[in-house]
Amino acid sequence: MLRSILATILVLLLTVATSQAQTEMADTMRSNGKIYVVVVVLATIFAGIFTYLVVLDRKIGRMEKENRN
Amino acid sequence: MRQWWWKILCGVLVLFTVVAGFMMPVPRLDILNETIRNLYFHVPMWFTMIVLFTAAFVYSIKYLRSGKLEDDIYASTLTSTGILFSILGMLTGMEWGKYTWGAAWSNDPKQLCTAILMLIYFAYGILRSGMRDEEKRAKISAVYNVFAFAMIVPLLFVLPRMVDSLHPGNGGNPAFAKYDLDSDMRMVFWPANAGWIMLGSWIASLNIRLALLKHKSENDL
Repeated sequence: MLRSILATILVLLLTVATSQAQTEMADTMRSNGKIYVVVVVLATIFAGIFTYLVVLDRKIGRMEKENRN
Repeated sequence: MRQWWWKILCGVLVLFTVVAGFMMPVPRLDILNETIRNLYFHVPMWFTMIVLFTAAFVYSIKYLRSGKLEDDIYASTLTSTGILFSILGMLTGMEWGKYTWGAAWSNDPKQLCTAILMLIYFAYGILRSGMRDEEKRAKISAVYNVFAFAMIVPLLFVLPRMVDSLHPGNGGNPAFAKYDLDSDMRMVFWPANAGWIMLGSWIASLNIRLALLKHKSENDL
């Protein structure tokens, strides 16, 4: 009786322990800070696209001004 | 549309998406793992496409009522910008699917329906390029666009939900709302959509202004 109870408890504990084993994520990348490299690269690309659009917008604005005169 | 405040807001929102999209915690799900972050980039492409196509539809109706060629320029330019975003959405979806569903193309109902919709819109471009007469082109393509837009509802919102699909929220799959309910993800997901919709609108507005200038200079000659 005692043995089966102990076995049940053990199985339960094991289930809890394994269910808490996390799904594989990029935790290493996060902990060693390499994720910032990815963020910086993407932010740079977006900054470039944004600046390009601003320049284009102003260029078209100038053309519209000339066209009105 | 010429004001600067919303363009700056757009830049801030998309930049926020890039930073928070990678830094914020996400639910730990099997198979998806970190790729769940693609939700912040793949889905906004479709939101932007739908917004642009809706605007194009409005301008097509406007053209049919007013007969002004400017409205036709709005409609056609908004459509071509929408097509750009549909291509981006399709490519990002295929890349994502390759690593989570096992194949870039798995004949998923939503994939198939979207492909059909894209072909309908590609045909709009081909239809336009086949006509020389401006008035005729504008009128026929406006009517075509009304029908093309009407196909969005069954193809994207009805059919994929009636059958089993690999996409979340369809068939017996866990819903899109499951990730949505995660408050951390919602905090990035909605700003991401707003930012990308604004970015798409900005690109479209630049294209429209250029097309209007061209139209004007051709008429002045």
